[in-house]
Parts: sequence; C-alpha cells; structure tokens
Amino acid sequence: MVTETNNNEVVLEVKDLRTYFFNRWGTVKAVDGVSFSLRKGETLGIVGESGCGKTITSLSLLRLNPRPASRIIDGEINLEGENILDRSDQEMREIRGRKISMILQDPQTSLNPVYTVGNQLVEALVHRKDLQRDLKEDAEQALRNVKVAAPERRLDDFPHQMSGGMKQRVVGAIAMACDPAVIIADEPTTALDVTIQMQYLKLLKDIQAETGMAIIFITHDFGIVARMCDRVAVMYAGRIVEDGPVRDIFNAPSHPYTEALIGSVPKLEEKVDRLFQIEGQPPQLYDLPVGCRFADRCPEAQPRCREAYPPVFDVNDNHRAACWRLDPSWETAQSS
Amino acid sequence: MGDSSVLLNVEDLKKHFPVTEGLLFMKTVGHVKAVDGVNFTINEGETLGLVGESGCGKTTTTKTILRLEEPTDGSVQLYGRNVHELGGDDLKEYRTLVQAVFQDPWSSLSPRMRVRDIISEALVVNRKVTKDEVDDRVDELMVQVGLHAYQGTLFPHEFSGGQRQRIAVASGLASYPKLILLDEPVSALDVSIRAQIMNLLKDLQDQTNVAYLLVAHNLATVRYMAHNTAVMYLGKIVEHSETEELFEHPLHPYTQALFSAALPSHPDIVREEIILPGEVPSPINPPTGCHFHPRCPAALADPELMKRCSSEEPQLLPAGPKHLVACHLYTGGTNGATGLMDKMKAAASAATQTPEEQIEDDSSSESDNVEAGPEGITEESQG
Repeated sequence: MVTETNNNEVVLEVKDLRTYFFNRWGTVKAVDGVSFSLRKGETLGIVGESGCGKTITSLSLLRLNPRPASRIIDGEINLEGENILDRSDQEMREIRGRKISMILQDPQTSLNPVYTVGNQLVEALVHRKDLQRDLKEDAEQALRNVKVAAPERRLDDFPHQMSGGMKQRVVGAIAMACDPAVIIADEPTTALDVTIQMQYLKLLKDIQAETGMAIIFITHDFGIVARMCDRVAVMYAGRIVEDGPVRDIFNAPSHPYTEALIGSVPKLEEKVDRLFQIEGQPPQLYDLPVGCRFADRCPEAQPRCREAYPPVFDVNDNHRAACWRLDPSWETAQSS
Repeated sequence: MGDSSVLLNVEDLKKHFPVTEGLLFMKTVGHVKAVDGVNFTINEGETLGLVGESGCGKTTTTKTILRLEEPTDGSVQLYGRNVHELGGDDLKEYRTLVQAVFQDPWSSLSPRMRVRDIISEALVVNRKVTKDEVDDRVDELMVQVGLHAYQGTLFPHEFSGGQRQRIAVASGLASYPKLILLDEPVSALDVSIRAQIMNLLKDLQDQTNVAYLLVAHNLATVRYMAHNTAVMYLGKIVEHSETEELFEHPLHPYTQALFSAALPSHPDIVREEIILPGEVPSPINPPTGCHFHPRCPAALADPELMKRCSSEEPQLLPAGPKHLVACHLYTGGTNGATGLMDKMKAAASAATQTPEEQIEDDSSSESDNVEAGPEGITEESQG
C-alpha cells in the first residue's frame, strides 16, 4: 500500500488535456484542461458523475475518443516519456495494449459472442514480444494469471458459457496480455455482484502488486476509491476540481463538491439520519458558466465564484483543489 | 413501530419456473426455484429492505406481490386478503393500493406520454375520478416530489435522470397507495442525485405513511432507508431482522460475507475479508441442505458441521430479539431451536475466526473450479 513512496517513476503524465465535441449545439467541452500524473504501481481514482468527462478522459488517453465527433484539441499525454499525441494512428496501434490498455465496464458487450475465449485471448497475445511458439500455452497462462480455474478447459468456451465474473476476468486477461504499464479500468465492477466485485478488485490489486502496473480507476463509487486507490482526482463538468492522496480527500476534502459528494453517500458502518443532498444538476457542457462550474449548486458560493474560474490552489504538497475558498482573501471577502 | 398494523403478509411464497426441453413435446426437466418458501410481513408506514445478489429471487418476489406472476405455492395477503384470488373491483382496488417504482427511469416511463398522463395513469385506470380531481392531484404530486406543476405537459425525454425518477415516484404515489415496491430505485442514478431521491422517498413516507418494499443490492442504501431487512440467498430468506440489529450483529455467514464484501466508506476502514469461494450456484439444482453450505466459511472449516449443513435444511428461527436466522450455527439440537442464545455467541466468534485463513486459499483457484466449472453454464439461463 505504500506505493507512493516506493516507486517514484512517473509512467503517465497528462498536461492540460482538452477533448471537445463539435456539434450543432456548439462546442461540448467534455474534457477541458485535465492534468494529472501517475507513478509506477500507483492507483489513481477518477471520480465524478456521469457526463463529467471521466470516460472521455480515459478514451482520450488511448486516443480512442469518438471521431470525427470529438477532437483532442490541446494538451500532452506523456506515456513513459513520449507524447502519444504526436504519434500517427499506425504507431498508436503499437502503443495500445502494450503500454496502455483498458478494461471496460460491461463484460457482456466487450467480448465477442461468436469467438471462443481462447480465440479472443490469442488475438491480443500475438502482439507480445516474448511470444511463445505455443499460443495455446500462452493463453492458458494468461487465464491462470487472472485466476480462472481449469484454464485449459475454459479456452474453448464461448463468452455466454461463462458467468459475469469469469467474463470480466477474461477481459482483464486480454487487457493485460502484453503487460501494459498503465491500465485504465472504466467502472469494471458495476455489472458484477457485490461478492464477485470484491474478488475482482482483490485480483486487480494482487496483479498490480506482482507486475507494478499503474491503474486508473474510473468510477462514481467512493467505496471503490476507498478500497482501491492511492490517489483520487475528482472531476466536475470537464475539469479536475480536486486531487490528492485518498486519505486527505476523505478526511479533509477541500472542494465543496467533493465534500458534498462524500457526504451524500449513505454509510454502511453507521446510521445516518439524513443524507446531505446536492441540489440541482451539473451544468450542460456546451453552455458552461465563466466562473466556477459548481457555483450554482454550491452552498458557499460568493459573487467572485461566478466571475472567474478559480485557479488551482495547493492545500499541501500532494493535495490540490480549484476553489476560491482556498484563496487567502476568502475570509476577508466573507466578513466584509 | 409497535402500534402499526400489518399491511402485507407473505406466507411461504414459492415460485418455481419449469425448465423445458424439446420443441414440440416440451417436457419439464426441472424447476428453477426462484423463490422457495419466503415469509415476511410489512407493517403500515414501514420499509422492508430485501438484500441479495442477482438471481436470489428478489425480483421474482416483488413480481409475485404485484401479481405479475402467479405463485406456485403460498400466498400474498394485503390486509389479510389473498392477493391472487382478487378479481373485478377488488383487483382494481388492489392495484391502486400497491404500486411500484422501478430501477431505470429511462425505460420505465413511456416516451410517448406526457408527464401528466404518466402520473395520473394509475388513478384514471383504476378509480372513477373526474378530470378536475385528476388535474388537482397531479399538480399536488408534482410539487410534492419537487417538480413544477407547469412541467406536466412535457415529455419524459425533456427531464434529467433524477427528475425522471421523481416522475416515477409521483406516478407511484398518485393513487394513494399503501405499499410501494421500490426495485433498486436509485442505482441507475448519479451519485449526487441518489441522495435527493432517497431523502424524497423518506420524506414522502413520513408525510403519507406509505410502506416500502425496497429491493437493493447496495447495503448502505438499505441501512439508510429500511426499518427491517431480509437477506435472501437462492430463493430463501437466510436472515431477517430490524435493520440496525442486522447491521450491528449480522449472524448468518452469508450476511457476514456480504457485509465484508461491501465497499468501505473510508479508506481507513479495513474489514475482515471473507471472500466467498466460487459463485452463486444454479437455482435449478440448488445444493442440498443449506443452500449456502458449499461456499460457507463456517461449514468449510468444520467437517462435522458440514455434514449437517449439507444434509439438513436450516429453518428460519429466532436467534435474538426480532432477529431470525436460518443457520445451523445457531441451533443447538439436531432438530432446531433449543437454547440458542448462549451458543450463538460462541458460534458467532467461531464463525468469524475460522474463515480467514481458510478462505484466503480457497478463493483463488481450487474451489472456484468446483463452483464455476459445470455451473457457470446453467447459471446464465437464470441471469
């Protein structure tokens, strides 16, 4: 769990990434200046509501954002030191799977129903550098790595013959077939039952401890963040509003949105009489306010919040938040 | 809660679906025992939470209560009258008294009807009402669930997910029901909207004294909403108690495992890990004895106990004040309930100690194999 200090090698650095959609309503700023970095063996959680841009962020990292509807118009994605936004589409095909890979939400739809599991595994495995002669052996090993029992029998199964948890394991095995440095897991367990979810999360942790891959968890569930992540980035309306070590975020959330989001989740461990509720809805991404995007729903908003988007303030070394509340002049403004 | 009267009584409810083979001469080769002997009562103004994994029979139970399915055996009674024997006006009356709100407000609202008509449908269909009465009622409801009355002429697609769920709640409330079945009412919604809907449902309960049957897989939601909670596993209730009691002292090994698998609300909360080996077996051929025994940490740790669990089916018996559990750990003699309170504690501590080492090894490969191998196939047909 002390991955933060052990491995300091940054594998992925995203700087000011902007992915916009252009449609008849105008420009939809799905990802609007997102920056974060990821170290080896680290797990970063990207949390936010649907429509906040977390999925488009993750797709942009693989340059799989829907085209031609959207374009990455600015920013840098430095993967192991090279900016993949400069790569050609051909070169990207070499990078995907080998350096950065993805596990999707729903195993029912991410596997092809007309090919056997073994077949689909081999499809990914042929891109390995240390490929063995016997692909079947490789495929078996890949299944064994994700703890699928009796892999030699499972290879000839079709996806519909497997249970949801098993299928998601296969999807994991395909994603990890070429030992990527970074793996993006986009809500990998929402389609699974609670007990199966726990098995799967534990498996990912185990594999991470073994291989030292970095994981980006895209989720809306703070429970998964609490269980899995070393660091958290909270997204709201296309931007990261707060990021920091997981304990800091839970113990001392600095952005009102993070605070409200954590407060609005019922707790298993204690009885809560009334949940905190965030009023209203997120703004439309094609019609964003100039000021803070959360201002309309924020209980503490002041005029300045609506006038200008807050800069990112350092709460401490690792913890940053974009909120005017952190500006030294906030108190005075409030009292006057 | 003591003074409230019994509203809904479910007695030994069974729903078995035949599994057939062949096209022309379909012969029954087995039964999916989706619901297999379920008992519970709901009092007026109370919420019962029904928890369990997918395929455990939660949804079939609610469907049977809604009369969308005929029970194979047993009965559902509202105010003492068997729901499945109602007809004519009584049935119409029943349909107004029991309503449902479903999981996904994108598919549960008709896209071609205006919000007004959606909300008033249950009222118009089942009761004799004048147009003015309907209009007044709809306006009242829309304000009650936090919408504006003028939005009634809009179509569902013009609303966000949270607002749609509010519409669904309003339409559930329209006919002054006594019971609303909530099937995962918030799981399709965004995190920040969930709290709004949960608070709304609780407020409405305070205002109208409606009872809820809450089907959910999120335990925290159940703790927040429900007065009583029942845990289901493979068509049976394995534990049933007051919510606070259940969450403070879960007794059944399955409940304990479910709680340990629930995600923590803070990174510093480290739960004792009870990872169950394998997956839920097929309900076509459920395991003998206690349905949970092939995955049960307590039984796997104790061969003696295993013998009993695999042969004898545990009954749902009291193991504390208002706390029912179906598990041999809490029954002393061979035949059931004798002197359990003392043994309960000893057994509970045994159950929580043994699992750890045991399961760690199991969860990985071997027992996965046993469960998921042949059963993974049949399980799909259920899912």
